[in-house]
Parts: sequence; C-alpha cells; structure tokens
Amino acid sequence: MSCLQTISDYALRSIGIGKRLLPVEDITLCEQFVLIGSGMIWNVYYAVLALFAGFFFATAIALAKASNNRLLSVPAKVFIFVFRGSPLFIQFFLAYEAFVFLPKLGMDIDLGFMTITAETRWLTKAWLGGLVVLFLNTSAYSAEIFYGAYNSVPKGDIEAADAYGMQGFAKFRRVIWPTMLRLSWPSYTNEAIFLYHATALIFVSSFPAWRQMGDAMYYARYFAQKTFNPFVCYPIIAGYFIVGTLTLIYVFGIINRRLNKHLDPEIRSQLKLRPNFMR
Amino acid sequence: MMGFCADPATVEGVKWWMCYLTTNTHISFYKSFLVVLALLALTAPLAMLLGFAGALARRSGIFPVSLIGHTYTSMVRGVPDIVFFLFIPIAMDQAFELTRHKILCPEVIGPVYQGNDFVVCTAAKLPLSTADAWVHTTYGFFLAAFGFAIVFGAFAANTIDGALSAVPKAQLETAAAYGMTKRQTFWQIHLPQMWGFALPGLSNLWMILVKATPLLFLLGVEDVVYWAGALGKTKTAAYFDYPHGDWRLGYFAMLLVFYLFVTWVSENFLSRMQAKFNTGQATIGGKKLPQGIAR
Repeated sequence: MSCLQTISDYALRSIGIGKRLLPVEDITLCEQFVLIGSGMIWNVYYAVLALFAGFFFATAIALAKASNNRLLSVPAKVFIFVFRGSPLFIQFFLAYEAFVFLPKLGMDIDLGFMTITAETRWLTKAWLGGLVVLFLNTSAYSAEIFYGAYNSVPKGDIEAADAYGMQGFAKFRRVIWPTMLRLSWPSYTNEAIFLYHATALIFVSSFPAWRQMGDAMYYARYFAQKTFNPFVCYPIIAGYFIVGTLTLIYVFGIINRRLNKHLDPEIRSQLKLRPNFMR
Repeated sequence: MMGFCADPATVEGVKWWMCYLTTNTHISFYKSFLVVLALLALTAPLAMLLGFAGALARRSGIFPVSLIGHTYTSMVRGVPDIVFFLFIPIAMDQAFELTRHKILCPEVIGPVYQGNDFVVCTAAKLPLSTADAWVHTTYGFFLAAFGFAIVFGAFAANTIDGALSAVPKAQLETAAAYGMTKRQTFWQIHLPQMWGFALPGLSNLWMILVKATPLLFLLGVEDVVYWAGALGKTKTAAYFDYPHGDWRLGYFAMLLVFYLFVTWVSENFLSRMQAKFNTGQATIGGKKLPQGIAR
C-alpha cells in the first residue's frame, strides 16, 4: 500500500471519514505518521475552542475576584483554587463520573431557522465533556494571570481615564482591558501552550474514545502497544506537538505585536520565546 | 477488621460504614496515598539533583558538556510532559533488558525487534518472570519515578539556570574584588543568593509535580486513581460482601480533596520559605521583611 493511499484512507479517520479498520500487522512508518496526525485534529479542536471560550470567561472571573463585592470575589477565589489546586487528570475523572450521573435530559434550543436538541448525554462524550473540563481549567489558570495583570495596571492610567470622564464599561474597554492584556500576554502565551499540551490527557484519562476515533495520544499509545517499539510513535507525536507549539507561539507573537504597536520597537518587549514552566 | 464485621450481611448503619471502610481493599487504597507521597519524596530530591547538574552543564565552558545541558533543558519545552512519562519508562525498561540480553545471553543472535515484537531471552527479562509480584510492582514504580525525575529535572534545570543568571552581577564582581576564587564565589556568594530567585519557580514546579502524580496510573502503578476506580465500581450483592452502586464520583471527590489539601499545605509552607529567603535582599519582597517575620 502506497503512502498516498494511506493518507487518503486514514488522514481524516479520527473524525470518522475514511477506513474504519486500524492497521494491525506490518505497521508502516507512514501509517503511524498519518494516523497520529489525524488524531492531532482533536488536540487542535480542544485547544482552540477551550482557549477561545476560556479567554472571555477568565476575564469575567478575574474581574469578579478583584471585585469589592464579596458575593462575587469569594466564589471566584474558590473556583480558581479548586481548578488550580487539583490535578487536571483527577478533574477529568471526576467530571466524567459526574456527567454519567446527570439525568438523561434533552433540551430543544430554538434558533429561529432550525432547532438544535441539546442532550446531557453528550457530556459523557469526549468532544463535549472533555472540552467543558478543559474550558473550566484554562479559565481558572488564565483568570489568575489576568487578575495579577489587573492589579498591575498603573494607577496613572485609571486616573487619566477618570480625568477624561470615562466611566464603567468604556473605561474598562478602552483603558484597563488593553493594559491588562498587554501585561498578561507573555504569561497567557505560556498558559496557552500548557493547555495545548494538556489536550493529550483527554483520551488517556477517563473519556472513552468512540469507535477508536481518538486524539494523537490515543493512536500513539495504540502503536506503542501494537509494535512494542516506543521509539517511533512517541517521537512522531512529540514532533507534531513541537510544530503545534511553534505555530501557537507565532500566532500569540503577532497578537503581542498588535497589543504593543504604540510602543517604540526598541522598547517593545519581545514576547519571550522561552516559556517558563509556571503552571 | 472489627469483630462484628464477620458477617457483613447483618450489619447496618454506622457499623456497616465502619466495616466497609476497613476492608482489605480499602486498606490498600489508604496505602496508595503513601505511594503518592513516596513518589514525591523520591522524585523531588532526584529532580533537584538532575536540575543542578543540567543547569551547571548548560553554563559549562566545555562545549560538549554545555551541548548536553542545552539538549536536556530544551527537551521538555515543546512536548507535553505526559509523552515523556509514557515514553521514558518503556524506553528505560527496554534499554535495561537489551543490555542484559547482550551480556547474559550472547549466544542468541538475531534482532531484538522482530517485526512487531521486542524479544529478549528469558534470563534477560526484568524483573525475572519467576520473581514475586511485589518485585514487579516495585520495579514499575521505580521506572515511573525515574521518568518523573528526568522530566522535572529538566524543568528544574531551566529554573535554576534562570535564577543563577538573575543574581546581580555586582555581587559577583564584588566577590572577585575581595579576592575570592571562582569556586569560593560560586559556593559562598552565587549559590546562596540564587535560592531567593529560584524559589518562586521551584515552588511552581513542586505544585506541578504534585498535580502530575495521578499520571502514575497511566504507567500501570496501582495508585490512588486505580483504587478509587476499582473501589467505586458498582458491586453486586451476588459477588461482594458490601454491595453498593456506582460510587466512583465520591471516591474521585475524595482524591480531589486530598490534592487540594496538599496544595494548600504546600502553598503555606512555600510562602514562609520565600519570606525567609528574601531576607536582606534588595527587592520589594526583601523590603517587606518586618511583616514577614511577625507572621
């Protein structure tokens, strides 16, 4: 079987398009590359969606934590402590068991032109349940980063906004938020990298892979068990992750440049390409 | 086990719980918490040693040594740690077996990788197939601990290297001006001051290490996750003395509380350490000192 044939068979296998049967014997290097890459679709899906949704939720949580109202700040603090203080691995297990217990309810969401039926049983599937856990987890970590940045917004900026008569949302949107993002961006980049790496945990923890449609780690483990040779499949998945990480750093670097474009390029702090391992 | 537990079918209420929570499997579950703590106690010092070695190798003037240091410290950068956790134990196991295979049975010729199999002679198997079960368990545990130590050593090397660079140059220049040798400067000026800078990073690392311990489960060690899953499963009255429904949610909640507690204790301890190391440093933390001591 040629490698092109393998690509057309397996490239989209992880999302259910292509050949069902996994290679069992005489596994070629090409098959390992293609299938692990196919699984990578899931890792990217989790990382992108969880990061995007988590970004907004984290901002809200950070503001709640900084709020003077105890009804807002205490729940925010508890949320952050629970999700940052416990292993993501345990969170996956706990969430899966909790989702299994949910009553099997169906709910119709009327979108006007069409109706979507949301059912709680989808939460026990990795594509939604795993995503929810990752979303909550990254929200807690990012909220702590944003909270730190919020506290570091220079007083002068806020006084200047007050002097211009800015209030409420306008002040936040135009003065506080941009500075907050600017200050937190290097750490947030780090968090994004960690979240991307954490996507490798979903299928090896509790969420079952449906029809062997798993993520990159799932296929890597499959090959390691089938071939008894970890020296091929794990370096392959490592390579994929390095490429993904570099892409992520590149994209976040572009955003960083945009956030700081008012600064002199000389002063402009370069986004640290060397992530520190603070998570 | 208490005396009245002899016939589990008859006990009820509080007594049932007392009997249920002291079954042999539950004792193993409690012991597995010690496995987690043992892993931490073994990995943390080992990772620190590797971290020091890595950081010093990286800063070495000898090119091959610094190359090794650089490779080691950057290996963890782009790849999820879980890939290493799964890869290193298998790789080490195969490396040991391969070495033993070459030494113990040189008469067996032929490749070790035969198609989809990894074949070594019986005498080279680790542990030997005749060994007791606990030998297998311990061997697996040590492989896992080494995997953890190697990954976290690389993290620690990054942190220590950064902290060594963060010590103000003026301090080292002053030491040189006083006529201290390079060795004296390193041990008496550079290293003691490094700790204050390294501690925030190392504290974080400790937290990550604590939160990485449930991954032992993936390596086949019978740890807290394994037992929580095994004990929580639905038990039918036909086969078990203490039948119950699916209680995994409760058991995993227990693990969550355990980890939150460890986090909480560590946070308190580490912030005290930080206050101690900040003593006398010309930093914001150091200036805050009076309150730090009062606490």
